[in-house]
Amino acid sequence: AEMAARLSENRLVSLPLSRIRVIMKSSPEVSSINQDALFLTAKATELFVQYLASYSYKHGRGKEKNALTYTDLSHTAEECETFQFLADILPKKILASKYLKMLEKEKRDGEVREDDEEEEEEEDEDEA
Amino acid sequence: MAERPEDLNLPNAVITRIIKEALPDGVNISKEARSAISRAASVFVLYATSCANNFAMKGKRKTLNAGDVLSAMEEMEFQRFMVPLKESLEVYRREQKGKKEARKDKDKKADSEEQDKSREEDNDDDDERMEEEEPNDEEELDN
Repeated sequence: AEMAARLSENRLVSLPLSRIRVIMKSSPEVSSINQDALFLTAKATELFVQYLASYSYKHGRGKEKNALTYTDLSHTAEECETFQFLADILPKKILASKYLKMLEKEKRDGEVREDDEEEEEEEDEDEA
Repeated sequence: MAERPEDLNLPNAVITRIIKEALPDGVNISKEARSAISRAASVFVLYATSCANNFAMKGKRKTLNAGDVLSAMEEMEFQRFMVPLKESLEVYRREQKGKKEARKDKDKKADSEEQDKSREEDNDDDDERMEEEEPNDEEELDN
C-alpha cells in the first residue's frame, strides 16, 4: 500500500496502481500481473481518458461550446469505431415520450406474434 | 475476495484532473460526463486486461507482462499510445531499479545490525509485490 501511494504521487502516473490492480483482478481468467504490466495499464488508462475527453469535445455536436457533456461522449461511442466498445455503457438519451412510443410499438408487435411473455425493454436514460 | 461496486471505480478527483489536462482552459465538464468517463475508464481496464491476457495465454504464461499490455493496445487500435507508453515504461523501470538498489542497501545495513528484524521488514512489503514476479529480473523483453 505504501508503494502504491508513492507511485500515485509520482508524476509518472496519477491513477492509483492498487485500484487498477483490483479492477484487473476482477477478471476471473487473470492469475497474476507483473509490476510493469500494472504500470502500463494504469498509464494507458490515463491516455485513454485524455483521448476520450478531447475527442468527444472536438467532435461533439452538443450546443454547448464550452462544456463537455454526456451527449458528446455518447456520440463518440456510437460514431467512432475505436470507442465502440463503450456503446453499451454510454447509451444515447431519448425523450421519455419517444421511449413510451417505442414500448407501445413493441407491445403491438408482441401481440401480433401472440407472445404472452412480457418483453424486457432495454432501459435508455430519459430526458426530463 | 468480493469487490464492492465502488472498488471498481477510479477516484473522481484524479479522473477530473486528467480530463482537465486534456481539454482547453475554461471548458466545463458536467458531472454526468465525468461520471461516464470514469465508468468508461474502468471498462477500458477490463477490456485491456482481457486482451492482454489472451496474449499471455498464447505465450503459455500465467502472468501478464509488459509486452502483453502493449500488444493489447495495438489490438484495441490504440497505436497512438505506443510511443508514450514505451517511454514511460523506460522511466518507470529505471525508477524501480533505483528503488530496488536502495532497498538492497537498506537491507544490508539492517542485516548487520539486527538480522531478525530485517527479515520482518521484507515480509511487510505491500501486497503489490506478493503475488507478482520480481519486477525486472525474470521479465521477458518481447517488445
